[in-house]
Amino acid sequence: MTTSVVVTGLGIAAPNGLGTREYWEATRNGKNGIGRVTRFDPSSYPSTLAGEVPGFVAEDHLPSRLLPQTDRMTRMALVATDWALQDADIDPAELPAYDMGVVTASSSGGFEFGQNELQKLWSQGSQYVSAYQSFAWFYAVNSGQISIRNGMKGPSGVIVSDEAGGLDAVAHGRRLIRKGTPVVVSGSIDASICPWGWVAQQAAGRLTRSTEPTRAYLPFDAEASGYVPGEGGAILIMESAESARERGARVYGEISGYGSTFDPKPGSGREPALRKAIELALADADLTPGDIDVVFADAAGVPELDRIEAEALTAVFGARGVPVTAPKTMTGRLYSGAGPLDIASALLAFEEGLIPPTVHVTADDDYALDLVVDRPRQAPLRAALVVARGYGGFNSAVVVRAAG
Amino acid sequence: MSTAPFTLDDLRRVLLEAAGADEGVDLAGDILDVHFESLGYESLALLETGSRIEREYGVALDEDLLADAQTPRALIAAVNEALGTVQQAA
Repeated sequence: MTTSVVVTGLGIAAPNGLGTREYWEATRNGKNGIGRVTRFDPSSYPSTLAGEVPGFVAEDHLPSRLLPQTDRMTRMALVATDWALQDADIDPAELPAYDMGVVTASSSGGFEFGQNELQKLWSQGSQYVSAYQSFAWFYAVNSGQISIRNGMKGPSGVIVSDEAGGLDAVAHGRRLIRKGTPVVVSGSIDASICPWGWVAQQAAGRLTRSTEPTRAYLPFDAEASGYVPGEGGAILIMESAESARERGARVYGEISGYGSTFDPKPGSGREPALRKAIELALADADLTPGDIDVVFADAAGVPELDRIEAEALTAVFGARGVPVTAPKTMTGRLYSGAGPLDIASALLAFEEGLIPPTVHVTADDDYALDLVVDRPRQAPLRAALVVARGYGGFNSAVVVRAAG
Repeated sequence: MSTAPFTLDDLRRVLLEAAGADEGVDLAGDILDVHFESLGYESLALLETGSRIEREYGVALDEDLLADAQTPRALIAAVNEALGTVQQAA
């Protein structure tokens, strides 16, 4: 029998709320976190809206030793990990170092740190580039810094598959636990709202150019015009159900199923592989579509991609066959942070029996989705499907189940 | 170009700018002969510190010399040697 893997701690940094309580209070009430970029002057760029995490002051949470060597995404990931460990009632100093692993995801690495050092390189010279540039920009740096700060010497790594990566990391964390690592820190936090990061995101051609925060990111709406990017995500503490039970931990829920696929070559005429990822996740969880109470959609906000997701969901669940929501309409798309944040939202939704809403959206009937819009919907919730897609063909799906 | 000797206070300031200070480490204390490792500074922190000293004081510090300087006293001596100033560490 395979080991059941559960989530016992959450740490959240999101554009509409910093901290789990603040995030959930905002999300259940449909509070928008999207606005005009404030971290730099966006006026010369085609896209000007983003979901920025408000009120995060690294100096309030981290020793000065860590500040010269960390990008914003790493600082938020370290602090979210501290919060998640507290939430799980785990003191890493009390556990054997090799019993704790770390696996996060990253879509772009530490862009802002890298931008600052590259600016020094061309404006002042190579001797002005920080020695910490050697790792501070790197994809794996969040996993590394979390592991160093908390003395976690078990298996660790990073998954890079754009927005799908956050789910892939959680799935890999589950694998590590099944192979015998008792506690794994997983999830992901991304942040690259700086001019260099902005240009890179712009290049993919999927950002909206809308300047109205409430009319900009409209997945499954006839007026969809692309997405708003954001920063943040969630860190999850995962462990085997058995170890959680033994230490009397509070359990948010179980990571029950996972599936991932890669799309066929564009223009091949073959079916996109998202449906298959969903079916694999359901089969892995040993559930049928009828067992799923809510879907947290990838919600690309790009008509062609919304169409593909809606077709996959209706193929599996039937037309309007399951409530679908996209609370990321309040935060923007958080890249690798999105999947873990949706998992956290699903777990919090279970506790309250309430589906958080998709805001600002008028569902296009053609998609045949039962989209939960405008206000939260009360419903008994036992199982949720979380979907995430990454640029270039990555599809991932995770099934989460309520505790008990 | 500075001709005054490089002091412990100068080093404290550069260390803080380059690499910050660990929780539980008192840089203001008597650290002259404490190993950098015990102060929470690994090789990269010292590389960054050395690089900032080079920029600020307009000197070239030998890499081996930097690597061999395991305490503030040793690093201060190395900098003063490069500067051609008399060592007045504290």
